[in-house]
Amino acid sequence: MTTTLKPRNNRAWLFVLPVICSVAFTAVLPLLMVINFSVQDIFGSNRVFVGAEWFIDVIEDPDIRSSFWRSIAFSVQVLLIQIPLGILLGLGMPKKGVLASVALVVMALPLLIPHNVVGTIWQIFGRGDIGLGGHVITRTLGFDYNYAQEPADAWLTVLVMDTWHWAPLVALLVYAGLQSIPDPYYRAASIDGAKRLAVFRHIELPRLQGVLTIALLLRFMDSFMVYTEPFVLTGGGPGTTTNFLSISLQKIAVGQFDLGRGGAFSLLYFFFIQMFCFLFFQLMRRRL
Amino acid sequence: MSGLSVVSAGRHFARSGSSRSFTSTLVGAGRRVGMTGYFILLLLPIYWMVMMSLQTNSDILGEFRWIPESLTLDNYRTILTDDSWYSGYINSIKYTTINVVLSLAVSLPAAYAFSRFSFVGDNHLFFWLLTNRMAPPAVFLLPVFQLYQNIGLFDTPWAVALAHMLFNVPLAVWILEGFMSGVPRSIDETAAIDGYSFGRFFVRIFLPLIKSGVGVAAFFCFMFSWVELLFARTLTSVHAKPIAATMTRTVSASGLDWGVLTAAGSLTLIPGALVIWFVRKYIARGFALGRV
Repeated sequence: MTTTLKPRNNRAWLFVLPVICSVAFTAVLPLLMVINFSVQDIFGSNRVFVGAEWFIDVIEDPDIRSSFWRSIAFSVQVLLIQIPLGILLGLGMPKKGVLASVALVVMALPLLIPHNVVGTIWQIFGRGDIGLGGHVITRTLGFDYNYAQEPADAWLTVLVMDTWHWAPLVALLVYAGLQSIPDPYYRAASIDGAKRLAVFRHIELPRLQGVLTIALLLRFMDSFMVYTEPFVLTGGGPGTTTNFLSISLQKIAVGQFDLGRGGAFSLLYFFFIQMFCFLFFQLMRRRL
Repeated sequence: MSGLSVVSAGRHFARSGSSRSFTSTLVGAGRRVGMTGYFILLLLPIYWMVMMSLQTNSDILGEFRWIPESLTLDNYRTILTDDSWYSGYINSIKYTTINVVLSLAVSLPAAYAFSRFSFVGDNHLFFWLLTNRMAPPAVFLLPVFQLYQNIGLFDTPWAVALAHMLFNVPLAVWILEGFMSGVPRSIDETAAIDGYSFGRFFVRIFLPLIKSGVGVAAFFCFMFSWVELLFARTLTSVHAKPIAATMTRTVSASGLDWGVLTAAGSLTLIPGALVIWFVRKYIARGFALGRV
């Protein structure tokens, strides 16, 4: 939000009321229900208050812990790959004309594919027998590759799929940021004889800070919550290789219908993301 | 002395100029090659799915070919004539549309309030709204399932549309607030002096000014509602089942009907591609949430 002087008017709350009602219904009420689950042992109609037991149980669960670290590793790799790649792509996008429009539309295409269809696309594409990607890797290039059986291949495929799916988001954000840099900045740089790298470092990068913060935030949240695409592609396997935090939560909450444990797990998951984003948000506001 | 230094400076300038133009051509060529390569890699998996959807299952499982020998529309015919398939599309479009309309309706006044006034707790409220965008859908599945069953909305498009407001309303408020803040406040004041009532001002003057913002917000609501599957699948069983869920169930049931599966997948690309084309001019600014 801009911090220029705005008239103070508490009647503005009336305008915000519909949003508050909708959020109360879609977020607060379900969250209260989750809290209610998380402190009880629910077995049919028998409910026993158990306090923090489920929370301790979840924190000490070795499977959940390894899922947590797996998700962290995944998010870190996603950010390390997609942010630089997205910057390069954003810089490389055509700036004007029909080509720019076409490039924009093609770039945005993966973002508008339903998540399970993204999983299906890669499930087929990566198969050695009928998939183009799998065929090229195993037959043409002669590598041993099978994402359904080899843990390393599965991880790599999920990572490539996620990059294919989401690097365009970073690219479009960077592209948008670059569009906002006035031409005189570049002219001044060329008069000073600045090298390409110097232009990027001293003109473009500072101007991109805002959009890059948004990109980092969105990519962290979404990769840390990723569910549908790896679930369709690998189902969390082989073994537990791609069993991310959201997939384990799903197994506990919906698969085993374990309300108490699922509730406690949900809350811890939610608050971890909130804490991270809160710190990030503070950073963002100071910069913008 | 001074003449010499001017000459050498000139020579230096010329040299650096020519070497720069050479490297910049190289960089330009490298950029074009890199971008073309990336776009090819981006389109290949999509190409492959669309190609598979145009073949029979025996051709798909037969000899490997980059370009299929014969094309058929049978798979599409199956989908468009089978009620259990195409009703999935209608359901998806229904809840996405309801979601876009509802999200915009509640977000517009709120975004106006955030962009125009300061009021008690506005910053906290703004951040609190955004935290809902950070909620993993998996967290809300269980309670939402029970909630919608209790109020009798389970298995209707309304249930999915309302559940998707969880992440679309905060986003819409955020985007609209960005666009609205770009409109000078003096316009509001002038309209008030000219005797416009607030309602008339908002609809006749203000909305047309931020129509690109409304378009972008609608686009994002559409996008996130269209691609989401967890809620859509959990909150429906028969009557409102979205196309995405129809697909996953067919995979597990009949296993290997690759042709129909990929045809259904290919059809899900069309609404997205259409919508992007309409908002392409604003998409860049929209992706930065109206904040560049």
